[in-house]
Amino acid sequence: MLATNYRGPFRIRVDQKPYPEILHPDDAIVRVTRSCICGSDLHLYGGLVPDTRVGMTFGHEFIGVVEDIGPGVTKLKVGDHVMVPFNIACGKCAFCKQELYGNCHESNPQATAVGGIFGYSHTAGGYDGGQAEYVRVPYANVGPTVIPDGMDPDDAVLLTDVVPTAYQAAEMAGIQKGDTVVIFGAGPIGIMAAKCSWLFGAGRVIVIDHLEYRLEFARNYADCEAYNFRSLEDPVVFIKKTTDWMGADVCIDAVGGDAAGNTMQTITGRKMLLQAGSATALHWAINAVKKGGIVSIVGVYGPTDNLVPIGNVVNKGITIRANQASVKRLLPKMIEHVQAGRLNPKGIITHRIPLEEAADAYHIFSAKLDNCIKPILIPPAARL
Amino acid sequence: MENSLEEKHRDKNGWAIDADPKNDPTYPMKKRSNEEHKGYTWERPTQQFVDVEVLHSNERPNITAVFGTSTPPSGLSGMIRRKAFEYSENHYGHWLPLILADRINVVEGIVDDLKRGHIPNIFAERGWNAEWKYNRKAALTKIAVGLALTAVLVLKISKKSK
Repeated sequence: MLATNYRGPFRIRVDQKPYPEILHPDDAIVRVTRSCICGSDLHLYGGLVPDTRVGMTFGHEFIGVVEDIGPGVTKLKVGDHVMVPFNIACGKCAFCKQELYGNCHESNPQATAVGGIFGYSHTAGGYDGGQAEYVRVPYANVGPTVIPDGMDPDDAVLLTDVVPTAYQAAEMAGIQKGDTVVIFGAGPIGIMAAKCSWLFGAGRVIVIDHLEYRLEFARNYADCEAYNFRSLEDPVVFIKKTTDWMGADVCIDAVGGDAAGNTMQTITGRKMLLQAGSATALHWAINAVKKGGIVSIVGVYGPTDNLVPIGNVVNKGITIRANQASVKRLLPKMIEHVQAGRLNPKGIITHRIPLEEAADAYHIFSAKLDNCIKPILIPPAARL
Repeated sequence: MENSLEEKHRDKNGWAIDADPKNDPTYPMKKRSNEEHKGYTWERPTQQFVDVEVLHSNERPNITAVFGTSTPPSGLSGMIRRKAFEYSENHYGHWLPLILADRINVVEGIVDDLKRGHIPNIFAERGWNAEWKYNRKAALTKIAVGLALTAVLVLKISKKSK
């Protein structure tokens, strides 16, 4: 079968690989019909995540048709078209039982800080991912959800990560009616978080980035304010000024370790890997939120350390909330929002690219070419 | 559970007097039941058969019930990874060697390709088709710089050999 094959930082190709097999009674084999490249895949692509081994298949956002099931699978049948949450969750451990499906304790032997994630290095369990024609899906009774009748597959694939992650970013932010929400990052998650912030009653939503085409997209898609930090002398002072010198009620870091905007952070975090990525967005979020405010983090950082103004967190009495999205917990609500027309996930897809051209797709997304917001990869059989 | 807790702490004057279930910063991410207070006691899923080498964090007692089988450790990078897993996730001795192993693994990948008679097309792997299509000016600049540096290098080497 065709599958992406990581060869080193900024190098990926599509090769023939063996078909996945049922390795556990609760496994399913899924024939992929859509997979996305996520902003967090770019951390892998850039070699920022430790224990990313050459030969791995990436991809944690995908949907597909169930082709085979293990003897323990009772909730799916062959032929079901399913959304597969990016988190691999057992449903039985102490954390899953409390709906922390992103923190499962039975899916990632290599690290305790994060549960298993498809195609996201051995630090997240060493699973091959969905940027392939077929993929092994563990715990098939727990995560995969049948796509409701009438739902566009392009909408469905974005419910496996982008939409729940963005929604949870707004949810964790505890947005109250009338709150000013500042979102750092106008990538897919930031744009969708802006859209979701309105669902919680935000009074004002501001997106900060440095790519004009993305800011323009955010304004149109999420009906929010959007500003280029390169044209602001200091984004934190700008936020203070525009909130009557109070600061934002809520700041969301939707960038993570790829952030631009601070030379020192870029060099130490992205070039020299002395930090677990550049913490510029988080730095700004902490400093731009008001006293007693909330900073919600969904941007992905590596597992080591980052330079952030923790003293200001204490002095301002900031609450920091963060987690990998609990996709399974949120899916029913996300489906409802899509079906009611409150969210239009597929509206952020800008590029539909054959799986065979994954190397170009990664480069387009990574280098922000051709006004790319969100690329999806389509395997040959799904193009018929 | 609650009763036994109260029983256990009944000699502590004021125990839990200010406990407030609404003061839960994890809401609504977590449906709090304090399951984890019981420890590692849940009914574990069936264990996946371990037929590849799986390195596991020393912050847990065992291999998880399921695990990925992609790219088991091998070669020099594998040796470094095994050593790294002697240290906890709390330790630079874990993460920095893993990053080193990742870089060594890139060279091993090229060697493996060559052994199989496959010459990796690094330009294609880096998405140069897209660069040429959407960012031609930058592509031409990179090519020009590359050619200039190669020319300088060739000139220096040829001068030395004379």
